Amino acid sequence: MSIGAIPSRYRIRIDRDQCMLCERCIESCPYGVFRKNGETIHVDSRKCTACHRCIAMCPRDAISLLEHPIDYRSHPIWTREVRESIYNQARTGKIILAGMGNAQPLPAIFDRLLLDACQVTNPSIDPLREPMELRTYIGKKPSRLEIRRTPEGDLDLVTELAPNLEAETPILIAHMSYGAISLNAQKSLAMAATEVKTFMGTGEGGLHPALYPYQDRMIVQVASGRFGVDINYLERGAAIEIKIGQGAKPGIGGHLPGEKVDADVSATRMIPVGSDAISPAPHHDIYSIEDLKQLVRGLKEATEWKKPVFVKIAAVHNVAAIAAGIARSSADAVVVDGFRGGTGAAPRVFRDQVGLPIEAAIAAVDQKLRDQGIRNEVSLIASGGIRESADVAKAIALGADAIYIGTASLVAMGCRVCGNCYRGLCPWGIATQREDLTARLDPREGSVLVSNLIHAWTLELSELMGAAGINSIESLRGNRDRLRGYMLDEGILKVLDVKPVGA
Amino acid sequence: MTIDANGMNYTELNTRLRAAVAQGIDEVVVNNVLGQRFIADGLKGNIRITLNGVPGGDLGMFMSGPTCIVHGNCEHAPGNTMDGGSIIIHGSAGDAVAHSMRGGKVFVREDIGYRGGIHMKEYQEKRPILVVGGTARAFLGEYMAGGLIIVLGKNDGEPVSERGIGSGIHGGEIYIRGNVQERYLGTGAAIQPYSAEHRDRIAPIVQEFSKALGMDPQPFLDAEFTRICPMSSRPFAGKYTWE
Repeated sequence: MSIGAIPSRYRIRIDRDQCMLCERCIESCPYGVFRKNGETIHVDSRKCTACHRCIAMCPRDAISLLEHPIDYRSHPIWTREVRESIYNQARTGKIILAGMGNAQPLPAIFDRLLLDACQVTNPSIDPLREPMELRTYIGKKPSRLEIRRTPEGDLDLVTELAPNLEAETPILIAHMSYGAISLNAQKSLAMAATEVKTFMGTGEGGLHPALYPYQDRMIVQVASGRFGVDINYLERGAAIEIKIGQGAKPGIGGHLPGEKVDADVSATRMIPVGSDAISPAPHHDIYSIEDLKQLVRGLKEATEWKKPVFVKIAAVHNVAAIAAGIARSSADAVVVDGFRGGTGAAPRVFRDQVGLPIEAAIAAVDQKLRDQGIRNEVSLIASGGIRESADVAKAIALGADAIYIGTASLVAMGCRVCGNCYRGLCPWGIATQREDLTARLDPREGSVLVSNLIHAWTLELSELMGAAGINSIESLRGNRDRLRGYMLDEGILKVLDVKPVGA
Repeated sequence: MTIDANGMNYTELNTRLRAAVAQGIDEVVVNNVLGQRFIADGLKGNIRITLNGVPGGDLGMFMSGPTCIVHGNCEHAPGNTMDGGSIIIHGSAGDAVAHSMRGGKVFVREDIGYRGGIHMKEYQEKRPILVVGGTARAFLGEYMAGGLIIVLGKNDGEPVSERGIGSGIHGGEIYIRGNVQERYLGTGAAIQPYSAEHRDRIAPIVQEFSKALGMDPQPFLDAEFTRICPMSSRPFAGKYTWE
């Protein structure tokens, strides 16, 4: 029995007066929305993903797009998404796979936090005139320093310092693997990270030789599939990150489908062409916090204790206690990924329903580490849903040392957050391996877009800090007194340790 | 060169091994090994290391080239994410032996624990091999994506008599001496016919193993094996529908 067609998600219209039949829309759309028939262009709106590539490439602005052109009977509980998921699963009997981050209309805590500024009683600082210190060190800080005076009267540092990453901005680029995104996308990000002197993550897809020139700016990832991991890979990275979990899909592993494993992807992951790349849910040598310590130390030992090792976890209910365990594992930084974290593909139910907001996770982890007197043992890197410079400032004021941006860096390169990454047909050349599509993204141009974004956010961050009379990122970190909660309940304010507006 | 590891921390031991490789020394004997983890971790080169005693976990982790010969038992995960070289164990080893190994050989004369050969994978000429003389516990070859596991069962009884063999396997092969009951196979694993072609494939490995560990290969060469393979290289292909 068929229940017939469900309403089309988008409607594409061509203004026939404007259209000059140049066919750029046909060339632009890998989903096959447009086709030429005689002297007109036919449209199949059902195939549209709202990626906007056709709209961006149309020289006459002749294309318009409407979301949800057909209404359901409105209902607050039986939403369109709920109904359509049921139709989908009744038809297929399968798990729904979705792309990008959490699509639930939950309010962002960031939007309900307001930043402070100086007036009269303490002067603000003009970043044009005064030096602003945004340099960020990621890694262990000594709990005390031992200094010796030499016979010549100089001072020598006796304490041995742990290796730290030195970034010129607290904004880092998140782990997105080659396979999930294209090599041109990775190159763009790597060149941008080098340009603005920050770092980017490789994701769990190995390191393509084309990225070796940027390896000093790359954090190599070791995840449960151990794809692309050998001693040379570990030695190339500026730091190593053990991925335990991801905000978009806490508690489960990852599967790169075989059709995305072409010759090049297979070479960097070190698996046969066409084989599924399966990252199991747990690391099979980590079944306890003691085992995690063993992997952290195993990686340090392999690289002669020269590189910081990070541990990334998804923000889940007991995130603070877990992070405290990680801080005792010899790790140099804990990365916490909130429930708005992006992904190329995740089961919809995980993407939308599992995990915690990053804002609460940062505050809880920072507080727990302070309470236990081990905040200096690890840096805290926050990720998952950082959309603008204000989010960066708020994350740092809540207690993060640095943040990762993933989705935002892709949006800088044209991504429209259409959420169809898992189909491998990204018309912007980002989440695809198809050669004609990846060729659309020129790494040189892509890198300018991404470095512009990070540069602009860093400027805004320094302006925000200056306005608050803060001239160093160290003084903003954990400075929750410079935040006020607006329309947040008492429970959340307590977790965040932030006063309400007016207080 | 001889190193006395009595009371020595693993970092110091590894520093000495790296120095030996840098000096071009090709033979090192380490005495009084007692629980040092990460021995030969990330070590490159062609050095041959004899370990007298019991190494701790993650022996030969990320190792690429050297040979480690252990006169004693091993803790868990010898050969973890190993890239190349050999680990020859004159004794038994713990859980997750050869975890995620991508190249080289791990030979264990006696028994191994749970999850042996888990997520081993292969790429082009790199085909990791795990051979166990005695028995293996549950979840042997789980998530296996390539390479070869052979369990010889040199003593009486079934070489593997627990569940989860090849659970989630999507590449590589597992050979177990004698018959393996179907109920011990994990999801995605299937028993395939064992023929002369397969006998010829494992014979040189069995001979190499027997020679390395001073055993008679003939009983193994004469024996019948059960060959366990993946049902598909795409075990999750049918699990999802698009949003």
